[in-house]
Amino acid sequence: MIEVRGGAFKYGERTVFASIDLDIFAGEVLTILGPNGCGKSTLLRCIGGALRLAEGTVRMGNDDLSTLDPGARARRIGFLFQDHTPTFPFTVLDVTVMGRTPHMSIFGMPSPRDTALAEEALDTVGIRHLKNRPYTELSGGERQLVLLSRTLAQQPDVILLDEPTSHLDMRNQVLCLKTIGALAALGRPMIMTTHDPNHAFLYPGRVALMKPDGSLLTGPASDVITDATLSMIYGTDIGVFSVARRAGPGEFKFCSPWQ
Amino acid sequence: MRRSVVVAMIAAPLALLYASLFVGRFTVAPAEVARILWSNVYPIAHDWPASVETIVMQIRLPRAVLAMFVGAGLAASGSAYQGMFRNPLVSPDILGVTAASAFGAAVALLLSRNALELQVVAFTFGLAGVFFTYLLARVYRATPVLMLVLSGVIVAAFFSALLSGAKYVADPESKLPAITYWLLGSLNAASTRSLAMALPPIIAGSAGLMFLRWQLNVLAMGDDEARSLGVRTEALKAGVIVCTTLITAASVSVCGIVGWVGLVIPHLGRMLVGPDHRALLPMSFCIGATYLLFIDDVARTATVGEIPLGILTALIGAPFFAYLLRKTRGTWQ
Repeated sequence: MIEVRGGAFKYGERTVFASIDLDIFAGEVLTILGPNGCGKSTLLRCIGGALRLAEGTVRMGNDDLSTLDPGARARRIGFLFQDHTPTFPFTVLDVTVMGRTPHMSIFGMPSPRDTALAEEALDTVGIRHLKNRPYTELSGGERQLVLLSRTLAQQPDVILLDEPTSHLDMRNQVLCLKTIGALAALGRPMIMTTHDPNHAFLYPGRVALMKPDGSLLTGPASDVITDATLSMIYGTDIGVFSVARRAGPGEFKFCSPWQ
Repeated sequence: MRRSVVVAMIAAPLALLYASLFVGRFTVAPAEVARILWSNVYPIAHDWPASVETIVMQIRLPRAVLAMFVGAGLAASGSAYQGMFRNPLVSPDILGVTAASAFGAAVALLLSRNALELQVVAFTFGLAGVFFTYLLARVYRATPVLMLVLSGVIVAAFFSALLSGAKYVADPESKLPAITYWLLGSLNAASTRSLAMALPPIIAGSAGLMFLRWQLNVLAMGDDEARSLGVRTEALKAGVIVCTTLITAASVSVCGIVGWVGLVIPHLGRMLVGPDHRALLPMSFCIGATYLLFIDDVARTATVGEIPLGILTALIGAPFFAYLLRKTRGTWQ
C-alpha cells in the first residue's frame, strides 16, 4: 500500500538514513526497531509527510505523498504522536471528534455524524465509558487508546504510531499492542516505532531493523531479531531466548542484555 | 451548552446595557429610556427634553456599546491566544500590540493631534508592532509558538522603552499628564464617531475567531498533532494573530490600556463551559461584554469624577478572581 523508494534524510550535514526501500502491505503491523536517536521517528515522520525526504519518494497507490495537501494527506494517513498531556482538559469525546477535522472545511464544525463516528471509534477500541472524562486526567495507557480512537475516527488508509508504548507500564503496553494488532487485522495497516524488540515478539509481524549506517534490515520478527543483529544495533551484548509457551503449543521468544 | 446557559449568556449583557442607559449622575427613568429608544425606531411623540435624549443616545449608548465590544473582543482574543499558545497565562498583548499602540498614542499626544488622529496612529502602530513580532518569529517558513512569545517580549520591551522616552521628553505640565491618564484607560471620550472607528475591526476580528474556533481546539493539542489532522497550522496561526491584533489594536486606540479582561475572563468562561472553544469563545465574548460594561458603569458613577478603567478592571477583578482561585484551588473547575 505504501512504497518508500530510495528514501534519504539529512539534518544539516548529518545523514540520518539513506537509500531506504520499504513496502507496507494491507492488514499488517510493521515494527520499525532501533536504538534511541537512530532516526526511526524521522523515517516515520517522512512516511507520514510531517517531514520531507531529502531524496527518494513515498508513494501510496498512484499518489506521491509529498504532493498531497495537508487535508488530503490526513484523510489517508493517521499519525499517533508520543504521549503528551495537553494544557486544557478537553473531554475524551472532544479529542476523538478532532479526528474528523480533515473531513471538514477550515471554518467547519463537527456535525452529528462526526460525533457518531467518534463514538463508534470509542466503541471499537472499547473505551466508550471514558467518553465524558477529561483527557488530561486519564492514565498514559488510556490516553494512548483515546488517540487510537481519534485516529480511527479519522478513517485513514494507514496508521502510523510513534513509540505508542514508550511511557506505559507492562499491562498497558500489552493492552495497547493488542488493540493495535486487532485493528490491523481489520485491514488497515499499522506502522509503529519502538526501541524495545520484545514488542515485536509479543505480536509477531514484520520488522524493519534500523542499522547504525542508516539502512534497514526487513523481514519476519524471528528472522530479523537475532543475537547478532541486536548486539550490533544496540552496541551491547544481547541474547534472544526461547521458552515453551505457558498456554498453547510452540515457543515464545524474548530478548535481554547479557550481564 | 445547555439552553438556560445560552439564554443567560446573551441576556446578561443586554440587560446590563439597558440598565447602563438610565444609571448615572443624571438619572433617567427606565420607562423614559425605553420610550427614547423606541422613538429612534418608530416615530412617537417626544415628551422628554432634548437634553435627556442627547444624554441617552449620544453619550451613554455609544459609550456602553463601546465598552461591551471592547470587553467582548479582548476576552475572545484572550481565549483564542490561550488556546493557540497552549498557555493559560497568555493575554492579548503577548505579541506587543498594546505596547506599540500605546507608543503610537503617546506620539500623537506629544504632537497635540486630535482624538481621531490619535486613534488612527495608535491602531496603525499596534498592527505594525505585531507585524514586526511575526517577522522576527519566522524561521524556516514556520512560526513556532516559543519564537512568537520571545519575539513578542522583545518588541513589547522596545516599544515600552520608546514610550518611556516619549514620557520623558513630554512637557510635565500638560503633555505628561495627558499621556499618563490616557494610558490608564478610559471610555469617557466615546462617541458615535469613535464607535464607527473601533467597531468594524473588533467585529471583523471577533467574527474571524468565531469561524476558526473548531480549528483552535485542534491547534491546542499541539502543532504536530494539528498538522497530522490536516490543519494548515501556519495559516491558522497567522489568521488568529490577524483577528486578535485587529481587536486589540482597535480597543487600545479607542480607550487606552484595559488590562486584565483578556487574561482572566477566559478562565471564568472555562469554569462555566469547559475548554472546548466552540462554547468557550462565545461565552468569553458575552462575559467580557458584561464585565467591562459593569466596570465602566462603576467608573463613571462611583465617584464625582471618573475612575480610570485600567485601575478598576484589576481593583474589582483581582479580589473576585482571588476568591475563585482559592475556591477552586487553582483548577478553575
